[in-house]
Amino acid sequence: MYAFDLERPATVADAVTALGADEAQALGGGQTLIPTLKQRLASPSVLVSLSGIAEMTGICTRDDGSLAIGGGTTHAAVAVGADVFPGLAGLAAGIGDPAVRNRGTVGGSLANNDPSACYPAGALASGATIVTNAREIPADDYFQGLFTTALEEGEVVTEVRFPVPEASAYMKFEQPASRFALVGVFVAKHADGVRVAVTGASENGVFRWSEAEAALNDSFTADALNGLSLPAEGMINDLHGSDAYRAHITAVMTKRAVTAAC
Amino acid sequence: MTKVTMTVNGASVSGEAAGNTLLVEFLREELRLTGTHVGCDTSQCGACSVHVDGKLVKSCTMFAAEADGTDVITIEGEAAEDGTLSTVQQAFQDHHGLQCGFCTPGMVMAATALLKENPKPSEAEVRHYLEGNICRCTGYHNIVKSIMAASGQNVEPMAAE
Ligand SMILES: Cc1cc2nc3c(=O)[nH]c(=O)nc-3n(C[C@H](O)[C@H](O)[C@H](O)COP(=O)(O)OP(=O)(O)OC[C@H]3O[C@@H](n4cnc5c(N)ncnc54)[C@H](O)[C@@H]3O)c2cc1C
Ligand code: FES
Ligand code: FES
Repeated sequence: MYAFDLERPATVADAVTALGADEAQALGGGQTLIPTLKQRLASPSVLVSLSGIAEMTGICTRDDGSLAIGGGTTHAAVAVGADVFPGLAGLAAGIGDPAVRNRGTVGGSLANNDPSACYPAGALASGATIVTNAREIPADDYFQGLFTTALEEGEVVTEVRFPVPEASAYMKFEQPASRFALVGVFVAKHADGVRVAVTGASENGVFRWSEAEAALNDSFTADALNGLSLPAEGMINDLHGSDAYRAHITAVMTKRAVTAAC
Repeated sequence: MTKVTMTVNGASVSGEAAGNTLLVEFLREELRLTGTHVGCDTSQCGACSVHVDGKLVKSCTMFAAEADGTDVITIEGEAAEDGTLSTVQQAFQDHHGLQCGFCTPGMVMAATALLKENPKPSEAEVRHYLEGNICRCTGYHNIVKSIMAASGQNVEPMAAE
């Protein structure tokens, strides 16, 4: 690692001020950023640790019924604390391993937007709102391709609001070495329609599979998806799986997610 | 450099740490607690697992400064002062849960965290919990058996050692 200073502000306001410094970068749980720093793929002058900010952790239900999760809340805390939204709790419980879940955070995962990460699928399928120190961003506008989001430099994800679907499930086909999703599908049946979000598969990062949504709006059953397939074009093609394989697995995982949600 | 203070295995300790000093470096190099191992340094193997405020973490993937003010337990804190092994450690010895021993500190810390959360896990639950701990020697079988035994469950029906 290159040398840097580490600051530990206690409030969002202080963190935002600290992030205004030249070459400053936020540190969430560090489960992605610390390995990146070790590879010298990032060279911040100051790391602003968000883990001491009490106002950014915790889970509560809002008046409109949505689940508000602080951006600094760990995957482990969501796994046990999001019981009103079992699909999301299940997603969090399946990330990495216990030690990763004890440190990694919702805000860090969404800010990073790894094309194989789980939370982007959960946020997009839920129709979540990503709340920052500056504004509220709907999930449909937030994800902008591989490792790219609507976040501006120095913007902090302070909270994520997840509308709670009537039924939901996340099915992840694990890449066994990394434990990330080779393909992960989150299916959420809301009062106003079904949303299907796919991670791990596309070269453009997380996406909604609209044909599957339309079929599931007609009938929320795995059979409704019979015959539906995605083109291999635009899917990730790497040593872990070809593009055609990922397209196929996406359809299989979508069916399994619907079955699990029913 | 900043001064960091934490409780390690019950004793309050202080030391200097740079921003990029990892918790594992602080434990091994500053405190000379070399029982916590570094296997991969890339967050994959779990050899560096310790407990921070009662939670299992990979000490190669946390900065020392982030542990300021916390309560840290390492493998050196598991046995009693007179050297009596903890239940988990004793079970690893009794059931041949280690070969070279490199992964063992991390395995014991993970197993201890598991049994605190889930005192009577199934074999499948043990294997699932150990996803972040890699062993190059044992094939895991006797590690799982040791943890099942430490939880007070009958391990007779599990295959021979
Ligand atoms: C062995 C292993 C297995 C894993 N398996 C999975 C898996 O199966 N599924 C999965 O989804 N993920 C997996 N992960 C990644 C894990 O979920 C990370 O915790 C997550 O991607 C990043 O979150 P973090 O809090 O650790 O962020 P960090 O690593 O601290 O930061 C990541 C990026 O986000 C920025 N950032 C952090 N917090 C915020 C914030 N609140 N606001 C704005 N920007 C912020 C940082 O500046 C940095 O650019 C795995 C990681 C490891 C090491
Ligand atoms: S040394 Fe920390 S996970 Fe391998
Ligand atoms: S006993 Fe040798 S690595 Fe596990």
